[in-house]
Amino acid sequence: MTTATTDYRLIDSTLRDGSHAISHQYYADDVVRIVKGLDAAGVQVIEIAHGDGLGGSSFNYGFSAVPEKELIARACDVTTNAKIACLLLPGIGLADDLREVNELGVSVARIAVHCTEADITEQHIKVAKDLGMEAIGFLMMAHMNSPEGLVEQALLMQSYGADTIYIADSAGAMTTDDVRRRVNALTTALEVPVGVHAHNNLSMAVANSIAAYEEGAKNLDGTSAGLGAGAGNCPTEILAAVSTKYGIETGVDPLALMDLAEDVVRPLMPRQQVIDRAGLILGYAGVYGSFLLHSQRAAERYNVPQSEILLELGRRQVVGGQEDMIIDVALELAAKHAAQESAGKEAGE
Amino acid sequence: MRCAILGSGNIGTDLMMKLLKGTDASGSAPTPLELVALVGIDPASDGLARAKRLGIDGPHEGPDWILEHADDIDMVFDATSAYVHVRHYKQYQEAGITAVDLTPAARGPKVIAAVNLTEHLDAPNINMVTCGGQATTPMVYAVRRALADLPYAEMVSTVASKSAGPGTRQNIDEFTKTTSTALREIGGATTSKAIIILNPAEPPIMMRNTVFAALPEGTDHDAVLESVLAMEADVQKYVPGYRLKNPPVIEEGPFSTPGGVVPHRAVVLLQVEGAGDYLPPYAGNLDIMTAAAQRVGEAIAHHKAGTTTGANA
Repeated sequence: MTTATTDYRLIDSTLRDGSHAISHQYYADDVVRIVKGLDAAGVQVIEIAHGDGLGGSSFNYGFSAVPEKELIARACDVTTNAKIACLLLPGIGLADDLREVNELGVSVARIAVHCTEADITEQHIKVAKDLGMEAIGFLMMAHMNSPEGLVEQALLMQSYGADTIYIADSAGAMTTDDVRRRVNALTTALEVPVGVHAHNNLSMAVANSIAAYEEGAKNLDGTSAGLGAGAGNCPTEILAAVSTKYGIETGVDPLALMDLAEDVVRPLMPRQQVIDRAGLILGYAGVYGSFLLHSQRAAERYNVPQSEILLELGRRQVVGGQEDMIIDVALELAAKHAAQESAGKEAGE
Repeated sequence: MRCAILGSGNIGTDLMMKLLKGTDASGSAPTPLELVALVGIDPASDGLARAKRLGIDGPHEGPDWILEHADDIDMVFDATSAYVHVRHYKQYQEAGITAVDLTPAARGPKVIAAVNLTEHLDAPNINMVTCGGQATTPMVYAVRRALADLPYAEMVSTVASKSAGPGTRQNIDEFTKTTSTALREIGGATTSKAIIILNPAEPPIMMRNTVFAALPEGTDHDAVLESVLAMEADVQKYVPGYRLKNPPVIEEGPFSTPGGVVPHRAVVLLQVEGAGDYLPPYAGNLDIMTAAAQRVGEAIAHHKAGTTTGANA
């Protein structure tokens, strides 16, 4: 879905994936400033929702400070050229949510699912299409499925009517080769365009996005200043700058995006997006990026190392959405440490 | 009481295996249910073949067979789909057959076996909610009975991909909506949310359910924890593999829930291991559904016969 003048379409997810990094505490003023900045810089699609998609506000994922539909309505009000998109995970959000946001002016629906479960998106992709929205199938944790497996899943989504299929490196766990093999398989097998959503836990987000473009991806995701789950997303302004250096036409103004990141988004951030130990472990162990802050809180609450929690979640092959398992693992580690401590004391007596 | 199972898929076949044990859902008394037939639509289905091997009638004429044999059947366990149930439930009622509905059609009153088992014993149609609803509503109710008011409750159900059938997958919104309603109507929460996640890990994971409950200022936390432990024992009476994976905990907030800001939340981490009657033990989601349906069917049978239920034993 590129226009005649751009080589790929840039979708910005600062107001959706970025929401994880600020524990879903966006306010209307933030939304207005970010949408205006992205829109003026020429970004074609702006995604907005709770970090876990429509209906994500919950104990399990964190409650939104402001109901997401109020924020979405503001975004729809202030955009001039950019389309407003939402994300929905079947099992968390409802088809009714799509109907409501479509009324508000949302015209792109990304239906997200773990990379092996595409058949649960049929209902929601069809509802989005019936509403006249663009429907994007979004296969998460794509490192957990083979190129062939992803093709199988993507073909299902294409058969339901998806207009574009994305793979998301939700754990920031893929190397450039991993991305190339998957995108190549998808662009070969699919009739619809392919997109890639990258995370930076292994410091590969921009390189992986460019590699995806070289393999034929026509949609790439970014967030301003990399604001997002885990160690952060592919930073929109860096992706735009690097694309320009490669001679890839994006249709966006890198300098305007740099201003937005520096003047609007960074001041909002409770912490800068760095690849610290926990962030790196997410990518290294292949754990869903949005577990970062939840596992930090559980580590503090139960006095166990955050890195141990994340490594155990990786061993259990936990998928996106299973944030409750962070508490489960923390309690088990705390019990194990307590048992070891009392055994140590007895041995010492 | 003479009953038939309609639907020869995973749920229907598992329920057949349970009823053929001869004991009731508690495992401690004979079942009052006499299984007449497992009724399918596909003559080649594994469930019907198994029924015939076990000496049970296994016709493949679907709902028509049930209606034609109305004189020989008092109760039907409907394990087809919401669509099929909605089309036929009135006919079962007109034919005088009590329907225990294992689909999310939600035509009759909802029953959660550990909470309101005896509330609708005369209803012509009983809805069994969802597997996640059977697993988590008891814990929401357990928290609720220890409080003056439960402003918000939430459940997260994670099931192995292999145990989620096409019915669930094609209509996942029905699962979350029906479950969320049960958390309010039967669990007693003022507001609620339900979430379902599918996990494809190999070997398949056991069904996991987590209940989060908002605890207002002034809650007696010990009373909440005691009530949760008592409920675990109650559900275990008919689902032996139902257990708290970790002790229930109270976490400090504050939390801005849809039911208002609360200072604490209760977290109840559950695992359901199936009895392995038809599907492997990881499919606790199917097991809790069939075990609960058996429990409800038996309560109705005892009520109609004027005998004591296993539930009181």
